[in-house]
Amino acid sequence: MDLLTTPLHDMFGPVTLSYVFLAMGLNIHYGYTGLLNFGQAAFAAVGAYTLAVSVASFDIPFVLAILLGVLAAVLLGLLMGIPTLRLRADYLAIVTIAVAESCRLIFSTQWKSHFHARDGVRGFVGGFRDLNPLPDYEGRVLSYNRNDLWVMIVGWALVALVCLLVWLLMRSPWGRVLKGIREDENAVRSLGKNVYSYKMQALVFGGVIGAFGGFIGALGNASVVPDDYNTDVTFVALTMLILGGAARVMSPVVGAMLFWGLFSFMGVLLDDVMSSNQITMIRWILVGVALMLLMIFRPQGIFGDKKELALDAR
Amino acid sequence: MPADVHNSPAGSPADSPGVPAAVAALAALETEPGVAKPDPILVADKVSRTFGGLVAVDVDHFEVQRGTITALIGPNGAGKTTFFNLLTGFDRADSGTRTFNGRSLKRISAAKVARMGMVRTFQLTKVLSKLTVLENMRLGAPKQSGERFWVGPFRFLWDGQEKENTERARELLARFKLDAKESDFAGELSGGQRKLLEMARSLMVEPELVMLDEPMAGVNPALKQSLLDHVRSLRDEGRTVLFVEHDMDMVRDISDWVVVMAQGRIIAEGPPDTVMADRRVIDAYLGAHHDTDITELDEETIASEAEAEIAAERLDEGREQA
Repeated sequence: MDLLTTPLHDMFGPVTLSYVFLAMGLNIHYGYTGLLNFGQAAFAAVGAYTLAVSVASFDIPFVLAILLGVLAAVLLGLLMGIPTLRLRADYLAIVTIAVAESCRLIFSTQWKSHFHARDGVRGFVGGFRDLNPLPDYEGRVLSYNRNDLWVMIVGWALVALVCLLVWLLMRSPWGRVLKGIREDENAVRSLGKNVYSYKMQALVFGGVIGAFGGFIGALGNASVVPDDYNTDVTFVALTMLILGGAARVMSPVVGAMLFWGLFSFMGVLLDDVMSSNQITMIRWILVGVALMLLMIFRPQGIFGDKKELALDAR
Repeated sequence: MPADVHNSPAGSPADSPGVPAAVAALAALETEPGVAKPDPILVADKVSRTFGGLVAVDVDHFEVQRGTITALIGPNGAGKTTFFNLLTGFDRADSGTRTFNGRSLKRISAAKVARMGMVRTFQLTKVLSKLTVLENMRLGAPKQSGERFWVGPFRFLWDGQEKENTERARELLARFKLDAKESDFAGELSGGQRKLLEMARSLMVEPELVMLDEPMAGVNPALKQSLLDHVRSLRDEGRTVLFVEHDMDMVRDISDWVVVMAQGRIIAEGPPDTVMADRRVIDAYLGAHHDTDITELDEETIASEAEAEIAAERLDEGREQA
């Protein structure tokens, strides 16, 4: 039974949710606009830390702390974008990965009275849990405890909202400009559009969505630890996006669920025959193999259109 | 074919039979490099651009007469495309001034230049492959309120404008005979159709001056004739056309005025027949020894010029233009 219930549990849990947000943000960056952001983890980290420190150290009300987190993500987007978006795409990739690592190192080494180094920040979820309307119960419902369930209800509702917003935006002329930039930014420029401004809007918008991944992760864990924002977080989110198929509204959602579902399935499957260390290794190896197979046999991802992909080769 | 046949704009009440006044005015001009035009839409003065040690463009004075078709010709590596980039703001000149409709273009971005009414196409056609033909066209429409982030999600705010733009796009597609392709991806079009789409899309911006960078490159002969007619129709509806071209038949056929560049400078200009008979032009264009075989030295020169052009393009890409 565990073989089914554990993966199902993980597919809808807070960890998956937080990756859904990261991948949705990357979908705006990479899928629609063609921006190579390798530092999505930084948006999550800055969002999560702003939320956690605001509440834990400064007693700021929960909702206000969320707004501050969004603001911090916007500022981070501007910080990354201002020097790089006028340059070729690769510069953004380099800068974002550097910024993400810098953020993580700052959180793990600086201002220890607020960030608490590797112990992370705790004691900030009270305000969120007070809002929980679910009846008090001990133990588990649908294998989730009361706090997890509350995070999930809020999280999935937000996912639905973001999906709706992305869908609305991408059928609008605004989305058309982004897709145009992805195809050829000089062509878009020659038609009188301010490409720099649109790239900045896309970077900030996707970054704010990523920050929500940070909020959900923080609330799910009830702690914010620097190691949760390693660079591989960004690459896992990118993998999920590619798995679903870039530039489709639902692909980050399905990609993330499928990824964690399979990941957890393998864990349970191998649980009897290997140590947990070995399982971790094997799982990542299998992820690599799966990714290669995906690229060979279904490069467009689950939702992608093979016809579109063929256009690149012409 | 006699030039007059083409120069008859439908229903234009020109004084001399079939020749627009703007074109007729050119006849009185002297044919010397940098000559002033009676009604210039675009003026460039002392514009220069170097890449490392290579002087790519060093133009003393250049004017384009409003309402005419002006050709910019010259041998490979003459700096035509670089000059184009400088004029449209896609590259920044080391020195010099440019004015469009009397307004200075100093420090004005390429996008702003386009919004002012000076729209270009590219030598290597830039259609947006994964957008449909119709979406390519709609993208060109100026001043779309739905292109703002906060307006985009609310369709009722931009629906009306979108309908108008779609209608205009369909008219243009019909004119360029692409209407049957409107829901195809632009990447599925043939090379010639892409040129047509790019030209049609540039018209969505409602430009006063259309700048075509080698509109005939890679276009089959059947399509060439209709492209020629399209370029002519641009002038007939009151737009000004400046184009770079290697196809001499096309230049002779449709241009009212020809400007010749060589080694970054303008070496001659005048009506097509006069210019093409000019000894300097023949020497520069075909090389003084155009009937001898290419030597290794020539090949090296050509290769290094090509390299410089590629380097220029790279620089261009890396540069801010927004």
